[in-house]
Amino acid sequence: MQLIACPWCGPREEVEFHYGGQAHVPYPDSPAELSDEEWAHYVFFRDNPKGRFAERWNHSAGCRRWFNAIRDTATYRFERVYRLDDPKPGVTELARSREEGTAP
Amino acid sequence: MAELLRTSPLDAWTDALERLPDTVRIAVEPYVAMVDVRLGTVGAAASAALGVDLPTAPGTWVPAGTGRAVWLGPDEWLLSSTTETPEELEARVRAAVLPLGGSATDVSAQRIGLRLTGARVRDVLAKGCSIDLHPRVFGRGSSAQTTLGQAGVVLLALFDAADDVVVLVRSSFAGYLADWLLDAALEFTTTPTHDR
Repeated sequence: MQLIACPWCGPREEVEFHYGGQAHVPYPDSPAELSDEEWAHYVFFRDNPKGRFAERWNHSAGCRRWFNAIRDTATYRFERVYRLDDPKPGVTELARSREEGTAP
Repeated sequence: MAELLRTSPLDAWTDALERLPDTVRIAVEPYVAMVDVRLGTVGAAASAALGVDLPTAPGTWVPAGTGRAVWLGPDEWLLSSTTETPEELEARVRAAVLPLGGSATDVSAQRIGLRLTGARVRDVLAKGCSIDLHPRVFGRGSSAQTTLGQAGVVLLALFDAADDVVVLVRSSFAGYLADWLLDAALEFTTTPTHDR
C-alpha cells in the first residue's frame, strides 16, 4: 500500500488519510463584490493538471491535522509534504530534492 | 426508577481473554478519567499550571501524576488520571489551561484501555497495524494514533521491549477489537480460545 508521510506522524498507510482538494485557493479579498460567475469559479473551479499538483490532505486516522502535499497526478508519486503555514515549494526546489533523492 | 449500573463494554469477553496464553495476555484496564486538552503554546506557564511537561514531540507520551499525558496533535493532548473523578480532572485541567487560552473536555467514556503483555504482542499487533513497532523505533514513551484492524486506536509503549503495550480504543469499537485480537492471537494459543 502507498505510504504518505504525514508532517507530524511520519509515513503512514494511505487509508489513514482523506483528500482535501486543491491547495492554495485563496478566499476572495472582498467576497461581497464578487459576481455569481466569480463565486462559481472560487467555489467549484479547480485545476486538473497532469503532473505536479498541490493538494490538501488530512491525516484523519492519526493526528487529524491538515497538511499540503505536492503529488504527481500521473504517477501518484508524493514529491513533497509540507505544513499549512509553509510556502508552496517552487519547481526548482522540487527538482533539486528529486536529484538529491531527498523527496519522500 | 431503574438503577443504572456501570458496566465495561468488554464484560462479555472476560472469559475468552482469560484463556489466552502468557505469550499474549490481554487485560482490560480499569475505567480512568481522561481529558482532551487543546493548547496553542506549551511553555513553563503550562507546565507549572498542569504539573506536567506536555510532550511536544509527535508520537510520545509521558507519565503525568497517576495517569499519562499523550501527544495527540501539535496542540492537542490526552490527560488521564487514575485517582480523580472525570469531573475533578476536567475542572482541575480546565482551570489550569483556560487562562492560557486553552480548553479541556472530559472524554473519559470515549476510550477504553486494553493492556497487551507477552512475547508475542508485537506479532499480534503486526497483523493489523502497519506502523513499525520494533523496540528500536517504538520504545518506552512512544505513542501512535493509527488503525488496528478497522478500528482507530492509540498505542502506548510502556516498556522498551515492546512486549507491554496499551491500546486505547473507542468504547463502541472495543468488542470488535477484542474479537479481532482474539482471532489474531489464535495461532499463539495451544488450546482453542473460542468455543466451537
